Amino acid sequence: MDIPYTVEIRRDTGLTNGKIGIWLFLASEVMLFGALFASYILIRVGAPSWPRGDTILNVPMATFNTIVLITSSVTMVMAWASLMRHKFGTFRLYMGATVLLGFVFLIVKYFEYTHKFHDGLFPHTNNFLAIYFTLTGLHMLHVMGGMAVNAYFLGPGAKLWKTNPVWFTNRVENSGLFWHFVDLVWIFLFPTLYLL
Amino acid sequence: MTTDHAATSDHAADIDRHVRIYITVFVALMVLTIITVAISYLHLPIAAAVSVALLVATIKGSLVACYFMHLISEKKLIYAVLLLTICFFVALLSLPAITHSNGFWIHE
Repeated sequence: MDIPYTVEIRRDTGLTNGKIGIWLFLASEVMLFGALFASYILIRVGAPSWPRGDTILNVPMATFNTIVLITSSVTMVMAWASLMRHKFGTFRLYMGATVLLGFVFLIVKYFEYTHKFHDGLFPHTNNFLAIYFTLTGLHMLHVMGGMAVNAYFLGPGAKLWKTNPVWFTNRVENSGLFWHFVDLVWIFLFPTLYLL
Repeated sequence: MTTDHAATSDHAADIDRHVRIYITVFVALMVLTIITVAISYLHLPIAAAVSVALLVATIKGSLVACYFMHLISEKKLIYAVLLLTICFFVALLSLPAITHSNGFWIHE
């Protein structure tokens, strides 16, 4: 049985089911990260003292990662725009760049984490590091999830382009919405954890 | 056939316009990232630093949401879902503020 409303628009919602699905999922993600941000605020305002992020964390590395993630958001939206222009070759280039930039982000994060561990700084060391590792760790899992989906559309999932290009384009758009959300979360995480 | 051709070229022009917007937003996000980091070196008082950092982050986030996620021209149902989410999100973030200000159910 075919999944309904993957290509054609539902008359009552004006949207495809996939689009509604991804936005409902993103709404739940907002609450997930919101709960952690609320915890962070609660712990920080209740603490007798709190370190500035830049005294413990590596700001240049995080700035570089911010640039990487923003660039990957642009390549992601360009990948979708390429499909809208029916340029599959260009789509592969941009999608490949998006996945690659995701890897760069993870590699930088790996160096950040190992440097902290080397210095004896672990999640149990203090509340600041507990919050730092929880928020960035959860965000990193989201980066990995987004990369897995994007890699699928770059590899085996791309077969759909030949049989149903509109459905494939919609799928890439929805995957892009998740990827931009991951970028959006980082835009708030970066100043909150590293600069304040 | 001519109508089809015109529609295709309109569609292509529309996508080209979108691509130009994406590039502009990308440049704006890069500039705002530099501003975010530069402000942190000013070592402003914490209240001012938080306000400015969150303001810049909100502008950046809005650019991503409006243009990359196409929220600037989305259907009503998506706006309704997001409005509900924002209400719950604000309520969630208000909880620490209420408890910190010795609110009505926390007594020190």
